[in-house]
Amino acid sequence: MLNFKELEGYNFKKNVHCFQQGDLLIGYDVNSGSIHLLDEETFLILKTLEDVNSTEGHLSQEALEKALRLAGNFTHNETVSEILVELEELRQEGTLFSGEPEQIAAVYPEKPIVKAICLHVAHDCNLRCEYCFAGTGAFGGSRTLMDLETGKRGIDFVLAASRHRDHCEVDFFGGEPLINFGVVKALVDYGKKAARAQNKTIKFTLTTNGVLLNEEIQNFLEEEEISVVLSLDGRPEIHDRMRPHADGRGSYGEVVPRIQQFTSLRPKTSPYAIGTYYYVRGTYTHFNCDFDRDVLHMADLGIQQISVEPVVAGPQDPYAFQEGDLAKIYEAYDRLGEAILERRAQGRGFNFFHFNVALDNGPCLHKRLSGCGAGHEYVAISPEGDLYPCHQFVGQEAFRLGSLYDQDPLELKADLVREFRTANIYAKPTCQDCWARFACSGGCHAANTAFTQKLTEVYELGCKLQRKRLEVALYVKIKEIQQNCDEL
Amino acid sequence: MAKHIQTIVKANLSATVKTGGCGNCQTSCQSACKTSCTVGNQVCVK
Repeated sequence: MLNFKELEGYNFKKNVHCFQQGDLLIGYDVNSGSIHLLDEETFLILKTLEDVNSTEGHLSQEALEKALRLAGNFTHNETVSEILVELEELRQEGTLFSGEPEQIAAVYPEKPIVKAICLHVAHDCNLRCEYCFAGTGAFGGSRTLMDLETGKRGIDFVLAASRHRDHCEVDFFGGEPLINFGVVKALVDYGKKAARAQNKTIKFTLTTNGVLLNEEIQNFLEEEEISVVLSLDGRPEIHDRMRPHADGRGSYGEVVPRIQQFTSLRPKTSPYAIGTYYYVRGTYTHFNCDFDRDVLHMADLGIQQISVEPVVAGPQDPYAFQEGDLAKIYEAYDRLGEAILERRAQGRGFNFFHFNVALDNGPCLHKRLSGCGAGHEYVAISPEGDLYPCHQFVGQEAFRLGSLYDQDPLELKADLVREFRTANIYAKPTCQDCWARFACSGGCHAANTAFTQKLTEVYELGCKLQRKRLEVALYVKIKEIQQNCDEL
Repeated sequence: MAKHIQTIVKANLSATVKTGGCGNCQTSCQSACKTSCTVGNQVCVK
Protein backbone atom coordinates (compact mmCIF):
# COMPACT_ATOMS: atom_id res chain seq x y z
CA MET A 1 0.00 0.00 0.00
CA LEU A 2 1.16 3.51 -0.70
CA ASN A 3 3.16 4.79 2.23
CA PHE A 4 1.31 7.99 3.10
CA LYS A 5 3.81 8.95 5.71
CA GLU A 6 6.62 9.08 3.18
CA LEU A 7 4.56 11.41 1.01
CA GLU A 8 3.73 13.94 3.69
CA GLY A 9 4.78 17.39 2.54
CA TYR A 10 5.38 16.20 -1.03
CA ASN A 11 4.52 18.76 -3.71
CA PHE A 12 2.64 16.58 -6.17
CA LYS A 13 1.69 19.27 -8.64
CA LYS A 14 5.23 20.32 -9.51
CA ASN A 15 6.73 16.83 -9.41
CA VAL A 16 4.20 14.56 -11.13
CA HIS A 17 2.33 15.50 -14.27
CA CYS A 18 -0.67 13.39 -15.29
CA PHE A 19 -2.37 14.18 -18.56
CA GLN A 20 -4.41 12.73 -21.36
CA GLN A 21 -3.13 12.92 -24.90
CA GLY A 22 -5.04 11.14 -27.63
CA ASP A 23 -6.16 7.80 -26.20
CA LEU A 24 -3.36 7.60 -23.64
CA LEU A 25 -3.35 8.51 -19.95
CA ILE A 26 0.20 9.42 -19.08
CA GLY A 27 2.05 9.93 -15.81
CA TYR A 28 5.35 11.82 -16.04
CA ASP A 29 7.61 11.79 -13.01
CA VAL A 30 9.47 15.08 -13.32
CA ASN A 31 12.53 14.47 -11.13
CA SER A 32 13.42 11.02 -12.42
CA GLY A 33 12.17 11.59 -15.98
CA SER A 34 10.26 8.29 -15.86
CA ILE A 35 7.08 7.80 -17.86
CA HIS A 36 4.13 5.56 -17.04
CA LEU A 37 0.95 4.61 -18.82
CA LEU A 38 -2.02 4.65 -16.47
CA ASP A 39 -5.40 2.99 -16.56
CA GLU A 40 -8.48 5.10 -15.95
CA GLU A 41 -8.77 4.35 -12.24
CA THR A 42 -5.12 5.15 -11.53
CA PHE A 43 -5.38 8.35 -13.56
CA LEU A 44 -8.42 9.32 -11.54
CA ILE A 45 -6.67 8.70 -8.22
CA LEU A 46 -3.58 10.66 -9.28
CA LYS A 47 -5.65 13.56 -10.63
CA THR A 48 -7.58 13.66 -7.38
CA LEU A 49 -4.29 13.78 -5.46
CA GLU A 50 -3.19 16.62 -7.72
CA ASP A 51 -6.43 18.56 -7.09
CA VAL A 52 -6.15 18.11 -3.33
CA ASN A 53 -2.52 19.17 -3.50
CA SER A 54 -3.46 22.29 -5.49
CA THR A 55 -5.94 23.31 -2.82
CA GLU A 56 -3.70 22.53 0.14
CA GLY A 57 -0.23 23.31 -1.24
CA HIS A 58 1.35 19.95 -0.40
CA LEU A 59 0.33 16.44 0.51
CA SER A 60 -0.64 15.61 4.09
CA GLN A 61 -2.04 12.41 5.60
CA GLU A 62 -5.51 14.04 5.70
CA ALA A 63 -5.21 15.19 2.10
CA LEU A 64 -4.26 11.72 0.92
CA GLU A 65 -7.14 10.14 2.75
CA LYS A 66 -9.51 12.75 1.38
CA ALA A 67 -8.29 12.03 -2.16
CA LEU A 68 -8.85 8.32 -1.70
CA ARG A 69 -12.34 8.87 -0.29
CA LEU A 70 -13.17 10.96 -3.35
CA ALA A 71 -11.70 8.35 -5.69
CA GLY A 72 -13.49 5.61 -3.74
CA ASN A 73 -16.81 7.19 -4.64
CA PHE A 74 -16.45 5.98 -8.19
CA THR A 75 -13.95 3.10 -7.92
CA HIS A 76 -14.19 -0.26 -6.13
CA ASN A 77 -12.22 -0.44 -2.91
CA GLU A 78 -10.43 -3.55 -4.12
CA THR A 79 -9.22 -1.71 -7.23
CA VAL A 80 -8.05 1.24 -5.13
CA SER A 81 -6.05 -1.15 -2.96
CA GLU A 82 -4.38 -2.76 -5.99
CA ILE A 83 -3.46 0.64 -7.37
CA LEU A 84 -2.01 1.77 -4.06
CA VAL A 85 0.24 -1.29 -4.03
CA GLU A 86 1.51 -0.52 -7.52
CA LEU A 87 2.04 3.15 -6.69
CA GLU A 88 4.09 2.18 -3.66
CA GLU A 89 6.29 -0.11 -5.79
CA LEU A 90 7.02 2.77 -8.14
CA ARG A 91 7.64 5.13 -5.25
CA GLN A 92 10.15 2.72 -3.79
CA GLU A 93 12.01 2.26 -7.06
CA GLY A 94 12.13 6.06 -7.48
CA THR A 95 10.15 6.30 -10.71
CA LEU A 96 7.09 8.01 -9.23
CA PHE A 97 6.81 10.57 -6.45
CA SER A 98 10.58 10.83 -6.71
CA GLY A 99 12.31 13.45 -4.61
CA GLU A 100 13.56 16.74 -5.95
CA PRO A 101 17.23 16.66 -6.85
CA GLU A 102 19.68 18.43 -4.67
CA GLN A 103 19.77 22.09 -5.74
CA ILE A 104 23.14 22.47 -7.30
CA ALA A 105 24.75 25.82 -7.74
CA ALA A 106 26.86 25.60 -10.84
CA VAL A 107 30.49 26.32 -10.15
CA TYR A 108 31.99 28.53 -12.82
CA PRO A 109 35.56 29.71 -13.25
CA GLU A 110 36.01 33.44 -12.83
CA LYS A 111 36.42 33.99 -16.55
CA PRO A 112 33.72 32.37 -18.68
CA ILE A 113 34.55 29.47 -20.97
CA VAL A 114 32.98 30.49 -24.27
CA LYS A 115 32.77 27.48 -26.56
CA ALA A 116 30.34 28.72 -29.20
CA ILE A 117 29.98 31.89 -31.22
CA CYS A 118 27.41 33.21 -33.63
CA LEU A 119 29.18 35.23 -36.28
CA HIS A 120 26.94 37.85 -37.83
CA VAL A 121 28.76 37.92 -41.12
CA ALA A 122 26.04 40.00 -42.79
CA HIS A 123 23.75 42.59 -41.29
CA ASP A 124 21.94 42.69 -44.56
CA CYS A 125 19.41 40.42 -46.18
CA ASN A 126 17.97 39.74 -49.62
CA LEU A 127 14.52 39.19 -48.11
CA ARG A 128 12.28 41.43 -46.02
CA CYS A 129 10.59 38.99 -43.69
CA GLU A 130 7.75 40.64 -41.77
CA TYR A 131 8.56 39.05 -38.43
CA CYS A 132 12.34 39.40 -38.57
CA PHE A 133 13.69 40.14 -35.08
CA ALA A 134 16.75 41.57 -36.80
CA GLY A 135 14.75 44.44 -38.31
CA THR A 136 14.82 42.76 -41.76
CA GLY A 137 18.51 42.04 -41.36
CA ALA A 138 20.09 45.29 -40.17
CA PHE A 139 19.56 44.77 -36.41
CA GLY A 140 18.55 48.37 -35.95
CA GLY A 141 21.82 49.63 -37.42
CA SER A 142 23.10 50.17 -40.92
CA ARG A 143 23.34 47.34 -43.45
CA THR A 144 26.91 46.10 -43.14
CA LEU A 145 29.01 43.03 -43.84
CA MET A 146 31.65 41.57 -41.54
CA ASP A 147 35.16 41.89 -42.93
CA LEU A 148 37.62 39.00 -42.93
CA GLU A 149 39.82 40.51 -40.22
CA THR A 150 36.92 40.74 -37.76
CA GLY A 151 35.83 37.20 -38.62
CA LYS A 152 39.33 35.88 -37.98
CA ARG A 153 39.43 37.70 -34.66
CA GLY A 154 36.12 36.00 -33.83
CA ILE A 155 37.60 32.57 -34.54
CA ASP A 156 40.70 33.40 -32.50
CA PHE A 157 38.42 34.57 -29.70
CA VAL A 158 36.46 31.30 -29.44
CA LEU A 159 39.58 29.16 -29.70
CA ALA A 160 41.13 31.10 -26.81
CA ALA A 161 37.97 31.61 -24.73
CA SER A 162 37.07 27.90 -24.93
CA ARG A 163 40.30 27.23 -23.01
CA HIS A 164 40.56 23.50 -22.13
CA ARG A 165 37.47 22.56 -24.17
CA ASP A 166 38.41 20.74 -27.39
CA HIS A 167 35.18 21.30 -29.31
CA CYS A 168 34.10 24.74 -30.44
CA GLU A 169 31.09 25.81 -32.47
CA VAL A 170 30.86 28.62 -34.99
CA ASP A 171 27.54 29.55 -36.56
CA PHE A 172 27.38 31.82 -39.60
CA PHE A 173 24.33 33.97 -39.19
CA GLY A 174 22.86 37.21 -40.43
CA GLY A 175 20.88 38.81 -41.94
CA GLU A 176 21.66 36.42 -44.72
CA PRO A 177 25.19 35.01 -44.36
CA LEU A 178 25.44 33.89 -48.00
CA ILE A 179 25.48 37.56 -49.04
CA ASN A 180 29.00 37.46 -47.61
CA PHE A 181 29.91 34.00 -48.92
CA GLY A 182 33.53 34.93 -49.72
CA VAL A 183 34.19 35.72 -46.07
CA VAL A 184 32.36 32.58 -44.92
CA LYS A 185 34.54 30.46 -47.20
CA ALA A 186 37.75 32.10 -46.04
CA LEU A 187 36.76 31.79 -42.38
CA VAL A 188 36.04 28.07 -42.66
CA ASP A 189 39.51 27.57 -44.12
CA TYR A 190 41.10 29.82 -41.49
CA GLY A 191 39.12 28.26 -38.63
CA LYS A 192 39.96 24.68 -39.53
CA LYS A 193 43.67 25.43 -39.74
CA ALA A 194 43.72 27.52 -36.56
CA ALA A 195 41.78 24.85 -34.63
CA ARG A 196 44.06 22.07 -35.87
CA ALA A 197 47.11 24.03 -34.74
CA GLN A 198 45.65 24.03 -31.22
CA ASN A 199 44.45 20.40 -31.30
CA LYS A 200 40.86 21.56 -31.30
CA THR A 201 37.93 21.11 -33.67
CA ILE A 202 35.33 23.61 -34.82
CA LYS A 203 31.86 22.50 -35.78
CA PHE A 204 30.44 24.97 -38.30
CA THR A 205 26.77 25.69 -38.94
CA LEU A 206 25.11 28.16 -41.27
CA THR A 207 21.59 29.56 -41.22
CA THR A 208 20.23 30.64 -44.60
CA ASN A 209 17.02 31.62 -46.34
CA GLY A 210 18.07 29.55 -49.36
CA VAL A 211 17.84 32.32 -51.99
CA LEU A 212 21.55 32.12 -52.86
CA LEU A 213 22.00 28.42 -52.23
CA ASN A 214 23.32 27.52 -55.68
CA GLU A 215 25.22 24.36 -56.58
CA GLU A 216 28.62 25.87 -55.90
CA ILE A 217 27.59 26.80 -52.36
CA GLN A 218 25.82 23.48 -51.80
CA ASN A 219 28.98 21.61 -52.82
CA PHE A 220 31.06 23.78 -50.51
CA LEU A 221 28.76 23.06 -47.56
CA GLU A 222 28.90 19.35 -48.33
CA GLU A 223 32.65 19.19 -48.74
CA GLU A 224 33.30 21.18 -45.59
CA GLU A 225 30.67 19.24 -43.61
CA ILE A 226 28.84 22.35 -42.49
CA SER A 227 25.48 21.84 -40.83
CA VAL A 228 22.75 24.00 -42.30
CA VAL A 229 19.49 25.47 -41.06
CA LEU A 230 17.24 26.51 -43.96
CA SER A 231 14.20 28.76 -43.65
CA LEU A 232 10.84 27.83 -45.13
CA ASP A 233 7.45 28.61 -43.64
CA GLY A 234 5.36 25.98 -45.42
CA ARG A 235 2.56 26.45 -47.95
CA PRO A 236 3.33 28.93 -50.75
CA GLU A 237 0.77 31.52 -49.66
CA ILE A 238 1.93 31.34 -46.03
CA HIS A 239 5.62 31.57 -46.92
CA ASP A 240 5.22 34.38 -49.45
CA ARG A 241 3.08 36.49 -47.15
CA MET A 242 5.80 36.66 -44.49
CA ARG A 243 8.99 36.13 -46.50
CA PRO A 244 8.94 38.48 -49.51
CA HIS A 245 11.76 40.19 -51.40
CA ALA A 246 12.25 43.95 -50.96
CA ASP A 247 10.00 44.54 -54.00
CA GLY A 248 7.22 42.45 -52.49
CA ARG A 249 7.72 39.33 -54.63
CA GLY A 250 7.36 36.06 -52.76
CA SER A 251 10.41 33.84 -52.35
CA TYR A 252 8.78 30.39 -52.18
CA GLY A 253 9.23 29.57 -55.89
CA GLU A 254 12.93 30.32 -55.72
CA VAL A 255 13.93 28.70 -52.46
CA VAL A 256 11.96 25.46 -52.53
CA PRO A 257 13.87 23.77 -55.42
CA ARG A 258 17.16 24.76 -53.79
CA ILE A 259 16.12 23.48 -50.40
CA GLN A 260 14.88 20.23 -51.93
CA GLN A 261 18.11 19.80 -53.86
CA PHE A 262 20.26 20.45 -50.82
CA THR A 263 18.31 18.35 -48.32
CA SER A 264 18.36 15.39 -50.71
CA LEU A 265 22.15 15.37 -50.30
CA ARG A 266 21.73 14.54 -46.62
CA PRO A 267 19.20 11.74 -46.35
CA LYS A 268 20.76 10.33 -43.19
CA THR A 269 20.83 13.56 -41.20
CA SER A 270 20.36 13.17 -37.44
CA PRO A 271 17.14 14.48 -35.87
CA TYR A 272 19.18 15.19 -32.74
CA ALA A 273 21.55 17.51 -34.59
CA ILE A 274 24.48 15.13 -34.27
CA GLY A 275 27.25 15.24 -36.86
CA THR A 276 26.61 17.17 -40.05
CA TYR A 277 22.92 17.82 -40.25
CA TYR A 278 20.28 19.99 -41.84
CA TYR A 279 17.04 21.34 -40.51
CA VAL A 280 14.38 23.16 -42.42
CA ARG A 281 12.71 25.59 -40.10
CA GLY A 282 9.73 27.86 -40.34
CA THR A 283 7.85 30.30 -38.19
CA TYR A 284 4.12 30.21 -37.61
CA THR A 285 2.14 33.30 -36.73
CA HIS A 286 -1.43 34.40 -36.09
CA PHE A 287 -2.00 33.95 -39.83
CA ASN A 288 -1.35 30.20 -39.76
CA CYS A 289 -2.37 28.76 -36.42
CA ASP A 290 -3.10 25.63 -38.48
CA PHE A 291 0.64 25.32 -39.03
CA ASP A 292 0.40 21.53 -38.97
CA ARG A 293 -0.67 21.88 -42.60
CA ASP A 294 2.58 23.75 -43.30
CA VAL A 295 4.62 21.03 -41.64
CA LEU A 296 2.87 18.37 -43.70
CA HIS A 297 3.36 20.46 -46.83
CA MET A 298 7.11 20.45 -46.17
CA ALA A 299 7.07 16.72 -45.55
CA ASP A 300 5.27 16.31 -48.88
CA LEU A 301 8.15 18.21 -50.50
CA GLY A 302 10.42 15.38 -49.30
CA ILE A 303 11.93 17.27 -46.38
CA GLN A 304 12.73 14.93 -43.47
CA GLN A 305 13.91 17.24 -40.69
CA ILE A 306 11.39 19.95 -39.97
CA SER A 307 10.98 22.55 -37.31
CA VAL A 308 8.17 25.10 -37.27
CA GLU A 309 8.14 27.41 -34.32
CA PRO A 310 5.91 30.14 -32.87
CA VAL A 311 6.67 33.75 -33.71
CA VAL A 312 7.74 35.98 -30.84
CA ALA A 313 6.04 39.31 -31.46
CA GLY A 314 4.82 42.40 -29.68
CA PRO A 315 1.06 42.95 -29.33
CA GLN A 316 1.18 45.75 -31.90
CA ASP A 317 2.33 43.40 -34.67
CA PRO A 318 -0.48 42.20 -36.94
CA TYR A 319 0.98 38.69 -37.04
CA ALA A 320 1.20 38.40 -33.22
CA PHE A 321 -0.95 35.74 -31.60
CA GLN A 322 -4.33 36.94 -30.43
CA GLU A 323 -6.85 35.77 -27.91
CA GLY A 324 -8.39 32.57 -29.15
CA ASP A 325 -5.29 31.49 -31.07
CA LEU A 326 -4.00 29.29 -28.28
CA ALA A 327 -6.81 26.72 -28.60
CA LYS A 328 -6.23 26.54 -32.35
CA ILE A 329 -2.49 26.09 -31.84
CA TYR A 330 -3.05 23.29 -29.32
CA GLU A 331 -5.31 21.54 -31.82
CA ALA A 332 -2.65 21.92 -34.50
CA TYR A 333 -0.06 20.21 -32.27
CA ASP A 334 -2.58 17.43 -31.52
CA ARG A 335 -3.27 16.89 -35.21
CA LEU A 336 0.42 17.00 -36.03
CA GLY A 337 1.22 14.31 -33.47
CA GLU A 338 -1.38 12.00 -34.99
CA ALA A 339 -0.27 12.78 -38.56
CA ILE A 340 3.36 11.96 -37.74
CA LEU A 341 2.39 8.62 -36.24
CA GLU A 342 0.19 7.81 -39.20
CA ARG A 343 2.90 8.65 -41.72
CA ARG A 344 5.54 6.70 -39.83
CA ALA A 345 3.27 3.67 -39.80
CA GLN A 346 2.94 4.06 -43.56
CA GLY A 347 6.72 4.19 -43.96
CA ARG A 348 6.83 7.87 -44.93
CA GLY A 349 7.81 9.37 -41.61
CA PHE A 350 9.64 12.62 -40.92
CA ASN A 351 10.95 14.34 -37.82
CA PHE A 352 9.38 17.33 -36.19
CA PHE A 353 12.02 19.03 -34.08
CA HIS A 354 9.89 19.82 -31.06
CA PHE A 355 8.56 16.29 -30.78
CA ASN A 356 12.05 14.85 -30.45
CA VAL A 357 12.72 14.03 -26.84
CA ALA A 358 15.63 11.86 -25.85
CA LEU A 359 13.82 9.94 -23.14
CA ASP A 360 16.64 7.95 -21.59
CA ASN A 361 19.72 9.57 -23.08
CA GLY A 362 18.91 13.22 -22.64
CA PRO A 363 21.21 15.82 -21.17
CA CYS A 364 22.24 15.80 -17.52
CA LEU A 365 20.59 17.95 -14.92
CA HIS A 366 23.39 20.52 -14.99
CA LYS A 367 22.62 21.23 -18.63
CA ARG A 368 18.88 21.27 -18.04
CA LEU A 369 19.14 23.88 -15.32
CA SER A 370 20.89 26.51 -17.33
CA GLY A 371 19.74 25.96 -20.90
CA CYS A 372 21.48 27.70 -23.75
CA GLY A 373 24.49 29.23 -22.02
CA ALA A 374 23.96 32.62 -23.68
CA GLY A 375 26.22 35.30 -22.26
CA HIS A 376 28.84 32.97 -20.84
CA GLU A 377 29.20 29.81 -22.96
CA TYR A 378 27.82 31.27 -26.14
CA VAL A 379 28.14 34.79 -27.55
CA ALA A 380 27.15 36.55 -30.75
CA ILE A 381 29.49 38.84 -32.65
CA SER A 382 28.26 41.77 -34.74
CA PRO A 383 29.91 42.72 -38.08
CA GLU A 384 31.79 45.43 -36.17
CA GLY A 385 33.18 42.89 -33.69
CA ASP A 386 30.94 43.75 -30.74
CA LEU A 387 30.07 40.87 -28.42
CA TYR A 388 26.55 40.17 -27.13
CA PRO A 389 25.00 37.33 -25.07
CA CYS A 390 23.28 35.89 -28.15
CA HIS A 391 22.13 36.77 -31.65
CA GLN A 392 18.85 38.19 -30.39
CA PHE A 393 20.56 40.77 -28.18
CA VAL A 394 22.82 42.10 -30.94
CA GLY A 395 22.51 45.87 -31.24
CA GLN A 396 21.14 46.37 -27.71
CA GLU A 397 23.73 48.53 -25.99
CA ALA A 398 22.69 47.47 -22.48
CA PHE A 399 23.68 43.92 -23.35
CA ARG A 400 27.02 44.63 -25.01
CA LEU A 401 29.64 42.37 -23.40
CA GLY A 402 32.72 43.83 -25.05
CA SER A 403 34.48 43.94 -28.41
CA LEU A 404 36.98 41.89 -30.39
CA TYR A 405 38.91 45.14 -30.73
CA ASP A 406 39.24 45.69 -26.97
CA GLN A 407 42.72 45.40 -25.54
CA ASP A 408 41.73 42.05 -24.03
CA PRO A 409 38.63 40.71 -25.83
CA LEU A 410 38.40 37.84 -23.34
CA GLU A 411 37.63 40.34 -20.60
CA LEU A 412 33.83 40.30 -20.89
CA LYS A 413 31.61 42.61 -18.83
CA ALA A 414 31.63 40.71 -15.55
CA ASP A 415 28.27 41.81 -14.11
CA LEU A 416 26.45 40.91 -17.31
CA VAL A 417 28.14 37.50 -17.46
CA ARG A 418 27.12 36.91 -13.84
CA GLU A 419 23.54 37.88 -14.57
CA PHE A 420 23.27 35.38 -17.42
CA ARG A 421 25.09 32.63 -15.53
CA THR A 422 22.72 32.83 -12.62
CA ALA A 423 19.49 33.10 -14.64
CA ASN A 424 18.78 29.37 -14.31
CA ILE A 425 15.50 27.71 -13.47
CA TYR A 426 16.04 28.02 -9.72
CA ALA A 427 16.25 31.79 -10.14
CA LYS A 428 12.90 31.93 -11.98
CA PRO A 429 9.93 31.76 -9.61
CA THR A 430 7.56 30.50 -12.32
CA CYS A 431 9.91 27.68 -13.31
CA GLN A 432 10.36 26.39 -9.81
CA ASP A 433 6.83 25.01 -9.71
CA CYS A 434 6.50 24.02 -13.36
CA TRP A 435 6.45 20.33 -14.31
CA ALA A 436 8.22 21.08 -17.62
CA ARG A 437 11.19 22.81 -15.96
CA PHE A 438 13.83 20.19 -16.79
CA ALA A 439 12.80 19.96 -20.44
CA CYS A 440 12.51 23.67 -21.15
CA SER A 441 15.32 24.99 -18.94
CA GLY A 442 13.64 28.31 -18.36
CA GLY A 443 12.99 29.31 -21.95
CA CYS A 444 14.71 31.87 -24.13
CA HIS A 445 16.50 34.73 -22.33
CA ALA A 446 15.77 37.11 -25.20
CA ALA A 447 12.04 36.34 -25.26
CA ASN A 448 11.86 36.56 -21.47
CA THR A 449 13.53 39.97 -21.32
CA ALA A 450 11.56 41.27 -24.32
CA PHE A 451 8.29 40.54 -22.54
CA THR A 452 9.13 41.03 -18.88
CA GLN A 453 12.29 43.20 -18.95
CA LYS A 454 13.87 40.62 -16.62
CA LEU A 455 16.02 37.57 -17.18
CA THR A 456 14.34 35.82 -14.28
CA GLU A 457 10.72 36.33 -15.34
CA VAL A 458 9.28 34.20 -18.10
CA TYR A 459 7.42 34.79 -21.35
CA GLU A 460 4.19 33.06 -20.42
CA LEU A 461 2.82 32.28 -23.86
CA GLY A 462 6.12 30.58 -24.61
CA CYS A 463 5.66 28.46 -21.47
CA LYS A 464 2.18 27.37 -22.51
CA LEU A 465 3.37 26.33 -25.95
CA GLN A 466 6.39 24.55 -24.52
CA ARG A 467 4.22 22.49 -22.16
CA LYS A 468 1.83 21.54 -24.93
CA ARG A 469 4.67 20.50 -27.24
CA LEU A 470 6.17 18.38 -24.52
CA GLU A 471 2.89 16.57 -23.84
CA VAL A 472 2.48 15.71 -27.52
CA ALA A 473 6.16 14.78 -27.79
CA LEU A 474 5.86 12.30 -24.91
CA TYR A 475 2.71 10.87 -26.45
CA VAL A 476 4.36 10.38 -29.84
CA LYS A 477 7.36 8.71 -28.19
CA ILE A 478 5.18 6.32 -26.20
CA LYS A 479 3.19 5.40 -29.31
CA GLU A 480 6.42 4.73 -31.16
CA ILE A 481 7.71 2.51 -28.38
CA GLN A 482 4.41 0.60 -28.41
CA GLN A 483 4.55 0.31 -32.19
CA ASN A 484 8.09 -1.07 -32.05
CA CYS A 485 7.08 -3.61 -29.39
CA ASP A 486 4.17 -4.75 -31.55
CA GLU A 487 6.51 -5.29 -34.47
CA LEU A 488 8.87 -7.50 -32.44
CA MET B 1 3.25 -7.48 -14.54
CA ALA B 2 1.44 -4.54 -12.99
CA LYS B 3 -2.26 -4.45 -13.68
CA HIS B 4 -2.93 -0.74 -13.58
CA ILE B 5 0.35 1.00 -14.43
CA GLN B 6 2.76 0.23 -17.24
CA THR B 7 6.17 1.82 -16.98
CA ILE B 8 7.36 2.96 -20.39
CA VAL B 9 10.59 4.66 -19.43
CA LYS B 10 12.51 4.09 -16.23
CA ALA B 11 14.91 6.99 -15.80
CA ASN B 12 16.99 8.53 -13.07
CA LEU B 13 17.57 12.13 -14.04
CA SER B 14 18.26 13.28 -10.48
CA ALA B 15 21.30 11.00 -10.33
CA THR B 16 22.97 12.99 -13.12
CA VAL B 17 23.60 15.73 -10.56
CA LYS B 18 26.55 13.58 -9.53
CA THR B 19 27.57 12.15 -12.90
CA GLY B 20 26.95 15.06 -15.30
CA GLY B 21 28.21 18.55 -15.89
CA CYS B 22 31.14 17.76 -18.19
CA GLY B 23 30.13 20.65 -20.45
CA ASN B 24 31.12 18.90 -23.67
CA CYS B 25 27.63 18.91 -25.12
CA GLN B 26 26.61 21.09 -28.01
CA THR B 27 25.39 24.58 -27.26
CA SER B 28 21.64 24.69 -27.38
CA CYS B 29 19.58 27.65 -28.50
CA GLN B 30 16.33 28.14 -26.62
CA SER B 31 14.89 30.72 -28.98
CA ALA B 32 12.43 30.19 -31.76
CA CYS B 33 14.64 31.62 -34.45
CA LYS B 34 17.46 29.11 -34.44
CA THR B 35 16.94 25.43 -34.67
CA SER B 36 20.41 24.54 -33.58
CA CYS B 37 19.36 22.41 -30.65
CA THR B 38 17.12 23.03 -27.67
CA VAL B 39 17.87 21.30 -24.41
CA GLY B 40 14.79 19.09 -24.39
CA ASN B 41 15.74 17.25 -27.53
CA GLN B 42 19.44 17.03 -27.08
CA VAL B 43 21.26 13.80 -26.35
CA CYS B 44 24.11 13.46 -23.91
CA VAL B 45 27.45 13.14 -25.70
CA LYS B 46 29.11 11.28 -22.84
